[in-house]
Amino acid sequence: MTHESIFSGFGGQGVLTMGMLLGYAGIIEDKEVTWMPSYGPEMRGGTANCITIVSDKLISSPIISTFDTVVALNQPSVDKFEEKVRVGGNMIFDVANIINVPTRKDINIYAVPGSDISIKLKNTKVLNMIMLGAFIGITDIIKVETIWKALEQVLPERYHKLIPLNQEAFMAGMDAVKK
Amino acid sequence: MADKKLMKGNEALAEAMIRAGCDAYFGYPITPQSEVLEYLAREATNRTGMVVLQAESEVAAVNMIYGAAGAGARVMTTSSSPGMSLMMEGVSYIASAELPCLFANVNRGGPGLGTIQPSQADYFQSVKGGGHGDYKMFVLAPSSVQEMVDFVKLGFDVADKYRTPVMILADGAIGQMMEKVVLFEQMPRPDKNAKTWATTGRADRPVRNYITSLHIQAEKMEEINMRLQAKYRDMEENEVRYQAIDIDDADYILTGFGLGARIAMRAMEMGREKGYKIGLIRPITLFPFPTKIFEEVGSKVKGILDVEMNCGQMVEDVRLSVEGRCPVKFYGRTGGVIPSPEEILEKFEEYFIK
Repeated sequence: MTHESIFSGFGGQGVLTMGMLLGYAGIIEDKEVTWMPSYGPEMRGGTANCITIVSDKLISSPIISTFDTVVALNQPSVDKFEEKVRVGGNMIFDVANIINVPTRKDINIYAVPGSDISIKLKNTKVLNMIMLGAFIGITDIIKVETIWKALEQVLPERYHKLIPLNQEAFMAGMDAVKK
Repeated sequence: MADKKLMKGNEALAEAMIRAGCDAYFGYPITPQSEVLEYLAREATNRTGMVVLQAESEVAAVNMIYGAAGAGARVMTTSSSPGMSLMMEGVSYIASAELPCLFANVNRGGPGLGTIQPSQADYFQSVKGGGHGDYKMFVLAPSSVQEMVDFVKLGFDVADKYRTPVMILADGAIGQMMEKVVLFEQMPRPDKNAKTWATTGRADRPVRNYITSLHIQAEKMEEINMRLQAKYRDMEENEVRYQAIDIDDADYILTGFGLGARIAMRAMEMGREKGYKIGLIRPITLFPFPTKIFEEVGSKVKGILDVEMNCGQMVEDVRLSVEGRCPVKFYGRTGGVIPSPEEILEKFEEYFIK
């Protein structure tokens, strides 16, 4: 199994953290992982993204130009990466932030009400966890329990009280794509 | 149990430095390698007593390295392209004075202040001089975060063995990306007195240790040059490292170093799926260059495509090694632009298949 994905959105939406959590979880399941962030000028105000590859075998290039799955949290990301989804791949996006929706017929398109769910959970900061839940719900490349373990590693101890909220958000995202 | 972690290249480099028993780090922050100094400032001193100092400039940092290395300390600095240029005078002095120390250049796009995105355009600077005079650095090109760890240990060892400056030539992507790493155990900081040539302030030595790069007499300077050259020939004999994949049945070879080689590896996989018999050679030591393997494959294959994130630098050494035995083509993107595996395969087909 090799899954090549990109998480993309505005700086501050937590897209780098989404990939990082997936990466930590990959390590816990003893897989190979590469996480390549955009760190250039685009981080200062525009879109941020990270290419995250999880695989059972050694990964050749950490930088690729087409993806099995794109997770887009804003319009520029949908515009930029819709054409980069491989045929039969997945385009997952947050409905609330997108006006021009993806239109390709040769990929699986998932419109997730991420922002709406985050408002229901009374914390818009967990949008990334909701979308990560949707990602795992669709791709099934990592076990949910492993994501919980990764959360404990990524979050400093003083934020561990926030883990239940993050778990709730993740599960809500997962449910949204399973309906 | 092995210490397995997900780490950023820059942080892995810093962690390896601490674990390798490094005595001191002198540096000046510059993107895309500032995490090295940040990580060391947070972690190092408490754990091993290592000195971590932000100098007032790269010029100051490299001269601190010069001084500390002369005093027998295990020392390292890191920078990125424009900062590395500022250090080059010091590198030449250090090479002349035969002092072991470790540099890492997390290469960004140039020339000039350039960009902060990844580049491999400092190959010439690292391999062909950079500073003045007939000197060489031992140059290692990591292509993964794991190698950022491994090459710190190897780099210190080679530096000590040959009393020479060693360069880890990475790039912005290797520095910024995260991968799985296995870390080696904490090593003790080395005994300074083991370096009998070092200026450690001991009064009980029969000869006075003296470190300089100034030799007024031409004959003396020539003698030192000959000694340096003998050392470089030794390295060419004993320290060449490269990675070869699927070259035995190959009709064509893709080559590149560092990140460029990783991307070429993907192009190779894609090409093999299309039925092209492609192998890959990745020089790990850029000096000493793995000349022999290119000589060997040069007379067996139909062509070599060299891929770099610059306008064609290592390709000169590939051509010098192949000596016309087969065509050597080049493809590169530069200024911080990263070539895609698709682009590379397209170029390969354009050169060799169509």
